[in-house]
Amino acid sequence: MEQKKKTGTTYLNPYLGGFCFGLVLLATFVITGRGMGASGAVKSTVVEAVSTVAPAHAEKSAYYSKFLSDNAHPMNTWLVFESIGILAGAFLSGLLFNRLKFKVEHSPKITSKRRLIFALAGGALFGIGSQLAKGCTSGAALSGMAVLSLGGFITMMAIFGTAFVFAWVFKKNWI
Amino acid sequence: MGVIPESWNNVFAVLLGMGFGFVLEGSGFSSSRKIIGTFFGYDFVVLKVFFTAAITAMIGLLYLSHIGWLDFSLLYIHPTYLASAIIGGIVMGMGFAMGGYCPGTSFCGIAIGKIDALLFVAGLFIGVLIFSEAFPLLEKLYNSGNLGHKLVSDSLGISKSLFAFLLTVVAIGMFFGATWLERKVKKVEY
Repeated sequence: MEQKKKTGTTYLNPYLGGFCFGLVLLATFVITGRGMGASGAVKSTVVEAVSTVAPAHAEKSAYYSKFLSDNAHPMNTWLVFESIGILAGAFLSGLLFNRLKFKVEHSPKITSKRRLIFALAGGALFGIGSQLAKGCTSGAALSGMAVLSLGGFITMMAIFGTAFVFAWVFKKNWI
Repeated sequence: MGVIPESWNNVFAVLLGMGFGFVLEGSGFSSSRKIIGTFFGYDFVVLKVFFTAAITAMIGLLYLSHIGWLDFSLLYIHPTYLASAIIGGIVMGMGFAMGGYCPGTSFCGIAIGKIDALLFVAGLFIGVLIFSEAFPLLEKLYNSGNLGHKLVSDSLGISKSLFAFLLTVVAIGMFFGATWLERKVKKVEY
């Protein structure tokens, strides 16, 4: 059931992993009526931070004010708790498979510094894109696909299609 | 969907998140070079895990709806805004190719100690802040092409189950193709 890599690290069989992942997603829909998400927790945190530092600005802004309401703190949302769970679950898996290690992962052809700059820039683009598409690979693409959302399929194809092209543009960074 | 008392919501959120994080990390999604392998052909784990998960959840939902255990029409369907779905996806795709992660996988990377994943998440916060501050400029694009909660099967004029069946066939075809390609492409050590 498990794959042994040359590096000695063990991963789940991808179909078994995908099947379990699908069951978790299914359970989420059955229990909450909605899918999973990841970028939503970042958005809630940004909204909370801005409304704490500059409350007047947040209330006036057309975007932050969408997610601010009198009785609910944006921090106190489902996706934030779910994301805390993601961190805990991934940590447990890393512990179990012996993968816990501080590391900057990059191609031997580039420096750690270059990798970190690209990671920061890539994260910023992903942050912008996820707000525009109203969800990321989890919330829009995967959860959208599970309920046959047209937008979910479109966003999935746009993400993977573009990433395929740009992965080759930045080939040196990876292989 | 009203079955579980409100106060339990956050407990379920943490537990379901843990399941999510565990299978993502266990499948290798905490490594950016493993994830990016899909685009160079040396490791198709993303393609295999992602499509297996989507199809499992999709068939599960259709089945539970068929036997009457849940009402498909009550599920939250991700809304379709044509322009922002495409442009947002393109921007995310560029970020994916540069950063090597998506938000969920970057959380997994942080959990096992990847410094690059930490920087990616810092970037996410900056990106969301930039978008929020620039929202007046982007609002028109954000709201354009609204088709509502549209289903892909309705757009194609076929039933939900037929679509799920066809997607499964396509995915199995892709899995065979990917496994064949993986054997041809030179391995990359990471």
